[in-house]
Amino acid sequence: MKKLKEKIIHFVDNHMHIVFPAPAIITLFIIVIFPIIYNIYMSFNKWKIGLGSPNFIGLQNYIDAFYDPRFWNGLKVMLYFSGLSLSIEIILGLLIAVYFNKEFKGSNFVQTIYIFPFAATPVAIALIWCIMLNPQIGVLNYFLNLIGLPGSLWVSSPKTVILSLVLVDVWKWTPMVTLIVLAGLKSLPKDPYEAAIIDGANGFQIFSYITLPLIRPVLITALTLRSLDNLKEFDIIYTITQGGPGIASETLYLYSYQTAFKFFKAGYGSALIIIVFLLVLLFNVVMNKIRYRSEVL
Amino acid sequence: MIKNKIYKILFYLGMIMLIIPPIFVFIWMLMTGLKTGVQNIEYPPLFIFKPTLENFRAVFQQHNFLKYLINSFIIATVATIISLFIGLPAAYSIARYRQGMLSIGILVARMTPFVSYLLPWYIIFRRLNLIDTFTAMITTHLIITLPMVVWLMIAFFEGVPKELEEAALIDGCVRSETFLRVAIPLSRNGIFTSAIIAFIFSWNQFLFSLVLSGPKTRTVPVAVYNFMSYGKIDWGGIGAAASIIVFPVLVFAFIVRKRIVEGLTRGALKG
Repeated sequence: MKKLKEKIIHFVDNHMHIVFPAPAIITLFIIVIFPIIYNIYMSFNKWKIGLGSPNFIGLQNYIDAFYDPRFWNGLKVMLYFSGLSLSIEIILGLLIAVYFNKEFKGSNFVQTIYIFPFAATPVAIALIWCIMLNPQIGVLNYFLNLIGLPGSLWVSSPKTVILSLVLVDVWKWTPMVTLIVLAGLKSLPKDPYEAAIIDGANGFQIFSYITLPLIRPVLITALTLRSLDNLKEFDIIYTITQGGPGIASETLYLYSYQTAFKFFKAGYGSALIIIVFLLVLLFNVVMNKIRYRSEVL
Repeated sequence: MIKNKIYKILFYLGMIMLIIPPIFVFIWMLMTGLKTGVQNIEYPPLFIFKPTLENFRAVFQQHNFLKYLINSFIIATVATIISLFIGLPAAYSIARYRQGMLSIGILVARMTPFVSYLLPWYIIFRRLNLIDTFTAMITTHLIITLPMVVWLMIAFFEGVPKELEEAALIDGCVRSETFLRVAIPLSRNGIFTSAIIAFIFSWNQFLFSLVLSGPKTRTVPVAVYNFMSYGKIDWGGIGAAASIIVFPVLVFAFIVRKRIVEGLTRGALKG
């Protein structure tokens, strides 16, 4: 009996690089890899959940997507929403980080406050924004009126719905970008700044010729990280608009969800999800290339 | 001197401008929860009013919110604990043996859109009659917590000095013992931090619960979302429920505030 125990310990010791990760790998295979494979398989089938069995139809779902105006609408909304929110978050995050990049009383307080928006439960936050964005009695229109501006229809109008959702996303995620960039700024070398001040460079010159090039890898990291979540933003959009009015704010990701779980078209839904996945992957590969290049230079 | 002082005042004015927006939404959330139904639909919006706890009482009594809180707590806790048990050895192995391929696999889990797990799981759980069970909820929440724990812990284990483990080996420990007796105790803080971050992510998760839960296992994000679809929107109830959900998250985020940013960026920095 004792011998067996020793044998096991001995085996674990000699094969630790396999035994230790094995449970996690097996679990991840079952909960992550297997569903993805199943999803790819399903995307070549036509199947309404609960009706009959899957029918193999090859690439038909992908061809259907090409002729589906709602697919193109979803792609357009996704690019519009993500492009705008990501750019604003990066630029605003950078500017605020530069502003806070100094020793001051309350620095810890600010950094703690800036954690709250992105840590807080997205659904809860989205619902509060829903209340604040109400065109009739919402507090945002009240503020606009106070400074003499007309109120907006916010998410009730197809014209302003995406901009409103961008506002919520920017509110939630800019603080995270700020904190990441701030951490990056604090770790920059001091010498170039001292040299620049001796040479008589002004604030703007220091920012654009020293800070910006040095902080670029961090910005790209922040952008990559944000894009992982942003391109598949679900909670905020689904809670506030469910893709409406009409389909004015229905991103491709939301459309894939609706196709699978509202219309129960498992095959077509799968194909749409695969396309979203490929877009996220493509974006990440491109970002990685850019980051690699900026690190080499 | 005077110029310096003016500069300082301007800086703090700017600082206040920059922290009002993040704070305001939380304050408005709480205020909405503390107003009566009539006060909530008044225009212009009320900033000063006599607060009432009526909404908080109703959330617990009429909407059975305690049950959803307990559900969320059970699911997030169990998923986090399982993730620690199987994630810690994996993270240790990746840190010590530089198993880069494995870490890429974990990044894939983070990158994949959740719906692509959700559809297969929905079909399987439906077949197995497991919709609206804790088994289904915890299994899917592992998709979030396990990669999170592994990612965060790789960094912490890399920070454990190898010399200490070598000393333990010389003292007669076997390798698995050095993991349990040296690496784990030395990365206590890291384990605590990643457990809390994993818990927050599981607590906040909406999509899995939206599809896979039901009356028995409904979690708080879905419960509060349902406040919207009861026809007449109960703003006070939403404000109260949202405050209740968000409060523990803010407390946890405050506890790990020093490491949360580092933790969240790691995945991207290394990938």
